[in-house]
Amino acid sequence: MSQQAALEEFRVSTKAWLEENFPQTLVGSAMGLEGEADDSTKADFELWRQRLADKGWGAPTWPAEFGGAGIGHPEAKIISQEMGKMGAFNPIPLMAGMGVTMVGPTLLEYGTDEQKTKHLRGMASGEIRWCLGLSEPGAGSDLASLITKAEDDGDTYKLNGQKTWTSGADISQWCGALVRTDSNAKKRDGISFVMLPMAQDGVSTKPIRLISGASPFCDTFFDDARAEKSDLLGPLNEGWSVVKRLLQHERQSQTQARGPGGGTKKPSFQQIAKDYVGVDDSGALADGDLRVRLINHLMDSEAHGLTVNRITAEARGKVEVSAAASILKNSATKIAQGKAELTMELMGSQGVGWEGDNYTKEELDNVKDWLWGKAISIYGGSFEVQNNIISKNILGLPENTQKG
Amino acid sequence: MAALTEEQSMIRDQAKSWVTEQSPVQKFREMRDSGIESKYTPDTWQAMIEMGWTGIVVPEQYGGSGLGYLTFGVVLEEVGRQLTASPLFASALVGASAVLLGGNEEQKQEILPKIVDGSVILTLAVDEGPRHSPLKTALAAEKSGSGFKLTGNKTFVHEGMTATDYVVAARTSGEGAEGITLFIVSASADGVSREAVTTFDSRGYANVHFDGVTVNENQVLGTVDQGYPILESILDRARAGLGAEMLGTAAQAFDMTLDYLKTRVQFGQVIGSFQALGHRAAGLFGQMELSRSCVEAALQAIDDDADDLPKRCSLSKAKVGDFLHEMSNQLIQIHGGIGMTDEFDAGFYLKRARLLEPSFGNRAFHRDRYARLLGF
Repeated sequence: MSQQAALEEFRVSTKAWLEENFPQTLVGSAMGLEGEADDSTKADFELWRQRLADKGWGAPTWPAEFGGAGIGHPEAKIISQEMGKMGAFNPIPLMAGMGVTMVGPTLLEYGTDEQKTKHLRGMASGEIRWCLGLSEPGAGSDLASLITKAEDDGDTYKLNGQKTWTSGADISQWCGALVRTDSNAKKRDGISFVMLPMAQDGVSTKPIRLISGASPFCDTFFDDARAEKSDLLGPLNEGWSVVKRLLQHERQSQTQARGPGGGTKKPSFQQIAKDYVGVDDSGALADGDLRVRLINHLMDSEAHGLTVNRITAEARGKVEVSAAASILKNSATKIAQGKAELTMELMGSQGVGWEGDNYTKEELDNVKDWLWGKAISIYGGSFEVQNNIISKNILGLPENTQKG
Repeated sequence: MAALTEEQSMIRDQAKSWVTEQSPVQKFREMRDSGIESKYTPDTWQAMIEMGWTGIVVPEQYGGSGLGYLTFGVVLEEVGRQLTASPLFASALVGASAVLLGGNEEQKQEILPKIVDGSVILTLAVDEGPRHSPLKTALAAEKSGSGFKLTGNKTFVHEGMTATDYVVAARTSGEGAEGITLFIVSASADGVSREAVTTFDSRGYANVHFDGVTVNENQVLGTVDQGYPILESILDRARAGLGAEMLGTAAQAFDMTLDYLKTRVQFGQVIGSFQALGHRAAGLFGQMELSRSCVEAALQAIDDDADDLPKRCSLSKAKVGDFLHEMSNQLIQIHGGIGMTDEFDAGFYLKRARLLEPSFGNRAFHRDRYARLLGF
């Protein structure tokens, strides 16, 4: 059978399985966020999660022995396409926090068999949520300057220090943390990656409130927190290469140009523009300056989508993290931020509301998207850090050695 | 690069090595310095014909290979890299497309094999003033017996001085999209005259005058008064093809600049180690990747006869237009003083960039068209 025919067959069987197993009560429940399921659908939501987990479709490309379905990327894409067509969704990657998207792929590459057996199933079923302790108050873009210490203490490491921007730390069961295990080595050489449970005396968290309001981010404090030595991922003092890989997976997961709101059906952007601004006799948007900027935005957005497709086609379904991830992250950032800014301008004085009945949900959502969107060019390697990666790693431009 | 078929990859490799070895930008310089009237060298054109490039979009039954527009784009990209001058784009892509889209069986059999063997150079005469505005076509075609009499002027006709024949967009009635008719007119017909216009890219363009030129009904391409949709389709093929050439020109400018960033030393450092320049290069590289996707999507849309073909073609011409504009300026800026000298090639790329920009609609034209296609 040709590959094409095999994929078609897979599509047919996927559709049939989804039709049989996806509870219709959940159709369109936005993005499948568990928090948005009300009491009436809670049971169905749990049933759906369990069915997906049993099928290995929470993380379908992972090996079956670790909770995946052992299928390729083209097949996984078919699953998500077919889900999309019927309003179904895979809530597991969100429920697993940083597990399915980042820690899991890195574990598959660097982990021991024992670690894989211990951790991957919980991620792939969405039952164990993971957070990541990377940034610190004094280590943002310059991550390698981190100072959280892990000392050898027999069977365990003893952790002390503060992590920040740990997304979902207050509701996670496990944490992957980057810690300093050798203070005498050069800064990138004395770092290790450890995994530790959050439910212990030495770990405490505090949510961070942002300019957009409540956020999933926390400050996380380690005061004599414990990590088992068997939960060291990769060799001791070689955590930097582990985290570089982990961050590549992060960039990869951020290459889709989707505003933070995304997901549900909305009127087209040009329709929103026409509704607020109006059109001239020829049907063109009445404000010439906004029209040009809307065109530029839509063109950038289409070019981005075409580039994602092209790079996927060129990779021909290989698992490799693409070198283009930095380019795509920066262009996705520009599009998401630009869209929120432009929407606010189009909405005029209706675009500046914080709360209350004078504003529609759409108007208020955009304000949140706009404020939250400022984070996109900061997290996951800032816009500037991505440009450093492009210029050095992709274009091969040398380091500056100038003194003073 | 798109996921190319084996055949397409072969043609790309052939084009790349021929252009690099036989027609590097030095050849273009020699052509310019020679003052040759045709604005391309006959042996360059002959070599392209022999390699089969003139038949890439022409189906086999008319003497071509029928490999399609994405394949033609792959060749044009390489041609754009070294600024190789020839009627390849104007005749074998635009002229051939016109006959393919509008011609009846007899016209196809008559003209296409001659485009492929180079004995006919057929180019499109559409613009009439400083701006590309096909809806405002005014060149008059008055009914005369069973035929028409053409009176008016065409400007900025690509390869207009060496063309043996023109596809002429004329007004037979009405206004706007209604009442436009396409004719095939011999350059040597009574009443046709032409003059070369000397542009800063040293390539061949002409203004062509039609003074009561008699044409018969067999010279109509398509249907009388119904020429506009065909004209649009021809123009979209031209835009997509030109986009590929522009991408090649810009990509070469990028490569030259990147090379310079890695070799030029100032303040005891290669200048590419300075973050301001590294970030600029990163930004240009990102633009190049996005432009490539748009160019290939437009060409692919033509091969697939996709519904959104017009939108894709305007997207392509506008986006690669932005990139080429910026890249050609940065080529000079980053090279500094040497970039300003005629001895160095940067100026050729800048000048070519600004000729490609207004051809078949500038960036503003295609932004407006894109918006109208999206309904705003």
